[in-house]
Amino acid sequence: MKIQSVFLTLCLVLSPGVLLAGIEAKPFDDPGKERLYNQLVADLRCLVCQNQNLADSNAELAVDLRRQVAEMVTRGDTGQQVSDYMVERYGEFVLYRPPLSSRTAVLWLGPLLALLLALFIAWRITGNRQSTELGGVSEDDIARARDLLNK
Amino acid sequence: MIPEIGHFALVLALCVSFVQAVVPLWGSLTGRASWVALAAPSAQLQAFLVAISYAVLTWSFIISDFSVLYVANTSNTELPMIYRISGVWGAHEGSLLLWALILSGWTLAVSLFSRGIPSVMLARVLSVMAMISVGFLLFVLITSNPFERLFPVPVEGQDLNPLLQDFGLAVHPPMLYMGYVGFAVAFSFAIAALIGGRLDMAWARWMRPWTALAWAFLTVGIALGSWWAYYELGWGGWWFWDPVENASLMPWLVGTALMHSLAASEKRGVFKAWTVLLAVFAFSLSLLGTFLVRSGVLTSVHAFASDPERGVFILGFLVATIGCSLLLYAWRAPRLMRSGSFSAVSRESGLLLNNVLLVVFCATVLLGTLYPLALDALNMGKLSVGPPYFNTVLIPLGVPLAIAMGIGSLVRWKQDKLSRIAKGLALAAVASLLAGAVVPWLMGGYFWGAVLGSALGTWVILTTCQALIERFKNKGLSVASAKQVPSSFYGMCLAHVGIGVLIIGITLTSHYSVEKDLRMAPGEVFDVSGYRFEFVGVTEEEGPNYDAFVGLVKVTSGGKQVAELYSEKRRYRVQTMPMTEAAIDPGLFRDLYVALGEEIGSDGAWAVRIYYKPFVRWIWLGCLMMGAGGILTVLDRRYKLASRRELRAQAVQPQQVTA
Amino acid sequence: MIRYVIPAVLFAVLVGFLYVGLDLNPREVPSPFIGKTAPAFELPELGNSERKLTPEDMKGQVWLLNVWATWCPGCRQEHDTLLRLSQQNIAPIIGFDYKDEPDKALAWLRQLGNPYLLVVEDLDGRAAIDWGVYGAPETFIIDAAGIVRYKFIGPLNDAAVAQDIVPWIEKLKAEAKS
Repeated sequence: MKIQSVFLTLCLVLSPGVLLAGIEAKPFDDPGKERLYNQLVADLRCLVCQNQNLADSNAELAVDLRRQVAEMVTRGDTGQQVSDYMVERYGEFVLYRPPLSSRTAVLWLGPLLALLLALFIAWRITGNRQSTELGGVSEDDIARARDLLNK
Repeated sequence: MIPEIGHFALVLALCVSFVQAVVPLWGSLTGRASWVALAAPSAQLQAFLVAISYAVLTWSFIISDFSVLYVANTSNTELPMIYRISGVWGAHEGSLLLWALILSGWTLAVSLFSRGIPSVMLARVLSVMAMISVGFLLFVLITSNPFERLFPVPVEGQDLNPLLQDFGLAVHPPMLYMGYVGFAVAFSFAIAALIGGRLDMAWARWMRPWTALAWAFLTVGIALGSWWAYYELGWGGWWFWDPVENASLMPWLVGTALMHSLAASEKRGVFKAWTVLLAVFAFSLSLLGTFLVRSGVLTSVHAFASDPERGVFILGFLVATIGCSLLLYAWRAPRLMRSGSFSAVSRESGLLLNNVLLVVFCATVLLGTLYPLALDALNMGKLSVGPPYFNTVLIPLGVPLAIAMGIGSLVRWKQDKLSRIAKGLALAAVASLLAGAVVPWLMGGYFWGAVLGSALGTWVILTTCQALIERFKNKGLSVASAKQVPSSFYGMCLAHVGIGVLIIGITLTSHYSVEKDLRMAPGEVFDVSGYRFEFVGVTEEEGPNYDAFVGLVKVTSGGKQVAELYSEKRRYRVQTMPMTEAAIDPGLFRDLYVALGEEIGSDGAWAVRIYYKPFVRWIWLGCLMMGAGGILTVLDRRYKLASRRELRAQAVQPQQVTA
Repeated sequence: MIRYVIPAVLFAVLVGFLYVGLDLNPREVPSPFIGKTAPAFELPELGNSERKLTPEDMKGQVWLLNVWATWCPGCRQEHDTLLRLSQQNIAPIIGFDYKDEPDKALAWLRQLGNPYLLVVEDLDGRAAIDWGVYGAPETFIIDAAGIVRYKFIGPLNDAAVAQDIVPWIEKLKAEAKS
């Protein structure tokens, strides 16, 4: 049995409610803390059902980790601290927002660079168009013209 | 016996496809008219055979023939009939057969509705489509045969995944496939033109309706998927940047760029190389999506089959199809005539900018989706790239795109001056900024995202209205003048307004939704945004193939009853998978959404999730408008008129079309 | 005219990644503890809650930590392999009973055999989180200095034991001696 199917089975077997989406009444007195909690569990990845964030997954591990996050937020930890806690135990895989580092440089800067490059190319193309006023005959057509003339 | 008929029909279809792929194309290159004439009939025969095969599989489902392995794995005698029929595409093998069916369907359509296209061109297009068919049929027959038998025959099947036992399943995949596979038509036109060596405005005109139709289907298909996830999965989300969702979005983005590029190629003969490349990309991304879903290379909630063996086959098919196309492009594209110039301020520039932005958008989605794989392949560890990344990076790309849309709809072809449209633009800009200031205030809170989104959505809608008004400025508004305007123009307007609606929907629902998980005992209430939710209690019920707890929440507003929401927690008897059926009171301006959690304690209290989601329906409404806009483009009379003209011209002399 | 070849080149690069990707497992999450000190825990022994075990107690020898539970089908799958491994007597295996019921666990071991030197129970799963456990079964190899050196995710099989586990144990034992 491949590892993937093992996990998938675990995912289905373990979760007492696959799609109950972690409906747990979490009492937070402070709306700021509640917001932080909601944001954290949305940005953390569930390692069991790996296609869901911690907020939506009902795998037992997700339930445990949500409890952990709630405890940490209640006692005043910052988002960074909770994040570090998770990364320490599960690696950066657990973060849905990849941290900026040398190995994610391409990821975060790539789109911007691609945009600038593409805009530059587009500007060049537009520039070229203006100079070749209804010109731009292809080699193919020149060859055909030559053929016709030679006939 | 009957399943074997289906299997045999498929094998025959493969043979016919092979002939269709080789003979007409060779005939077109060597001038054999009889070979060329084989294209349409073979396309029709192939479609007929694949249809038989598909019908047989469906029949096996209907009669619950568990001697067919696929039916035994995916169906059950207690399964309601509609899900037996839609369950045919509920797993890997069947969905591939659906792919093949739809591909042969598009091929059939092209063979029937292309009277204006020269037979040589048509033959090449059909041949290329047949090559794709060959690939898919081979894939099905060799690795994923849905007609494999099972002995001993089990008495009962394993049942369809309860997630899929839903109306959404009945419509989302077929619609999506119609779009994905429909891009094969655009692709084939592009390849056929590259083979022939000549790309002209007529070619763009032939290609455009097919592309628009496929695009419309894909738009609706994606919207249906989003809507289905929203009401089915119980967490109120409508897009998760899941790899397979991205796999459907990427062809859509490129398809949008393609449609715009085609407009320019058709009207002004520019961007032909671009158009060809985009057509190749669009279909390539469809194929890539097929690969991603079925190879196990990425983790996804949609993943059909995590089978590296099948993955190798599809990858090979990808390499063959796309690799050859891109090499053909590299070889032939330099010879394409570059004609037509345009100034920096012109619709062509606008479209070029539009294409650039859309392609970068798509490339970003691709980067984010494949980055974890790339890092892992380079042994640089494991990483996750999720919604926070995509939302952060793509919004800055979306903003210039929305702004450019507004300017692009108003600016003229070839040459224009900004001063001409400046007044109109300024008016729209002011109104948009006003909207950006007022809407958040009305909704109850200022977020820069809400301001930006409201302003941009309004901008797009207003500038589109201006384009509409300007069209009628000289002729005056009347039924006659309205009829004179080509339907593709109305299509553009509708689609662009749809985008504005979409932007507003996304903005408002993202910033102003309220979600609460509460412990509610019978009689307890919760107030949000003027609505009072009262938890009444939970009862037990039996369904056809499940048992359920049903929770009732009454919603009132200002004392008047608004809705009675019954949310269910079901346990399916065969697969023993528990599932939530959320209860939604839909509305044009807000959704009220309740999902039942777990029982807490013994006093009848349950965990209940309550959502207030403003303007969420505008997301799908916007998509529907876009789809409708696409259909309007297809119905443009000019295509029919042009094809009639061409038919007459062909009858007189061979066509000499200049670019 | 080189720019017309660029799409083909980019595509080739993409295919390269996809091809390599076919052999990779995207679901597997490597442990960030490789090369780091084993996370601390103090857990009661299964069936004898007076006695507690910490990783400190195991220092000085190479040992395995096997995360398992009775509700885990993969654990049932690997159980015989584990028994065989324990009979080789090359390193002690500590069982980590994850979110399980003690009665069921004891019955399971009685019925199927006990490959463990000792079993600790983690009823609420907190200690498991500290080890980055995200599913069962998982097996860690810890060296004599208390550093986690290797993690195997999923059910063990005889091939994996022979190719990975045993060589690692031998290597770590040799390290400890020198």
